[in-house]
Amino acid sequence: MKQIEFSLSRWMDGSGPESDIVISSRMRAARNIKGHSFPCLASDQETAAVLKIISAAVDGKPDFADFTNWTMGKLSTLERQTLVEKHLISPFLARESTHGALLLRRDEAVSIMINEEDHLRIQAILPGLQLEETWREAGRYDDLLESELEYAFNERFGYLTACPTNIGTGLRASVMLHLPALIMTRQINHLLGALSQVGLTVRGLYGEGTEIIGNLVQVSNQVTLGQTEDEIISNLYSVIHQVIEQEQNTRQALLDKKRANLADRAWRALGLLKYAQVMSSQEAIQLISDLRLGYDLGLIKTVNHKILNELLVLIRPGCLQLLAGKELDNSERNLERPAQIKKTLDRHLE
Amino acid sequence: MILCQECRRNEANIHIIKNVDGKQSELNLCEQCARKKEELDFSFEPQFSLHKLFASMLGQSVRGSREEMTAAAMQCPSCGLTFAQFGQIGRLGCSECFSAFEGRLKPLLRRIHGSCIHSGKVPSRAQNRVNILREIDQLKEELQVKIQGEEFEEAALLRDRVRAMEGTVQEDLTEKGDPQ
Ligand SMILES: [Zn+2]
Ligand SMILES: [Zn+2]
Repeated sequence: MKQIEFSLSRWMDGSGPESDIVISSRMRAARNIKGHSFPCLASDQETAAVLKIISAAVDGKPDFADFTNWTMGKLSTLERQTLVEKHLISPFLARESTHGALLLRRDEAVSIMINEEDHLRIQAILPGLQLEETWREAGRYDDLLESELEYAFNERFGYLTACPTNIGTGLRASVMLHLPALIMTRQINHLLGALSQVGLTVRGLYGEGTEIIGNLVQVSNQVTLGQTEDEIISNLYSVIHQVIEQEQNTRQALLDKKRANLADRAWRALGLLKYAQVMSSQEAIQLISDLRLGYDLGLIKTVNHKILNELLVLIRPGCLQLLAGKELDNSERNLERPAQIKKTLDRHLE
Repeated sequence: MILCQECRRNEANIHIIKNVDGKQSELNLCEQCARKKEELDFSFEPQFSLHKLFASMLGQSVRGSREEMTAAAMQCPSCGLTFAQFGQIGRLGCSECFSAFEGRLKPLLRRIHGSCIHSGKVPSRAQNRVNILREIDQLKEELQVKIQGEEFEEAALLRDRVRAMEGTVQEDLTEKGDPQ
């Protein structure tokens, strides 16, 4: 029986432009099939029918040969959680155990969610800042699916979605940023305010609501109607470039003034990650951030983005348990976490 | 050294910034205290507070006057969702809901997106129609400019072109048996 394993997704490989600040770029297009109720209001029968229609559109097609089909109902809670932690599916889909399904491309850069809030959520996620490429990936599968399926589309409103906040392009573009310098120097609050004024949503990556942990911030477009896909992308680009510049300038200023402290912090982080025996995910995320900053400033050379991204994901509860091969409660996870971190670091740093 | 806000003894090496409704607050905790907090919930999809906002906005607008009572009772003929239900769940039920609630949805969409007209990608099946409709919109704008500039002859020509084009879109509708 096929199972979800802990593998590295394409976005985790640490490549891509601006990867010292931008961890990943993601695009998600929401689509629905004409003539079928949206999943929230549809009967079991109808969602099953939609799943069948979409499966028929991709089964045996050469363009989808490198995709694996996963049914949510056949995956364990742990496997689904792992997919969420790797950003391959939404928490919403993970809960859709009746007729929710996932088509996942082998490199895990493209995931097509079926019977999420909309019939289709086509997602692409790539490392670094590459919004156009990410949209090209998602758009390609959008076109392929559209050639087989009739989408719910209205000339005035665009692609019709269950939630009015997604209507129009159905496109959500987002970028995951590592902003330790702006957060350390408390410039972040200004920035968050400014971003929300230009129609962008800012969230902490990990954490409920809008908590920022590990200096990771997600920025995404709020408006989906009235702008073209290119406009959405270029708006986001221009803002992200400014954020990157500010972060870089602040990093340089910190480096000029506090080089020894930053190096100390990074090396201490590495020491703790390698030798600590009990560790919460919050502490781990913070340490990984300290280490990443040290690496990006050239103060520590023994790690790289790929290792750091791998650590960032494997410290999560689902991934940890999957790696351990058994269910673990919170305190057991706090023991397993440093063990897995050490194992990974040892493997890479030999 | 920043002290932990919980125990005020250890160094706070975990910094959590909260941003609730535009107000930022910072939480500085030590490792032990942070560990007591629950495991973090990872999520990649932006959680829009907008969802709740417009649900409440609709909730208000459908209460009160008789006209609004009627609006609340409006029902999508296809999926059966009423406008009042839409106000509660913040989700539409099917593609026909958009025709059924069009008049009420437009102001809402304008409030969320600052626009209620799609200008992005179009499925290839719908491309022809959309091209014509977008051209009609453009011609209508030009028409207004001509009228304001008192260039009535050119305005008349434009008006005829718009009518002719609207005619082809209409025919297109009947041919395809599109309910709209
Ligand atoms: Zn404490
Ligand atoms: Zn409906």
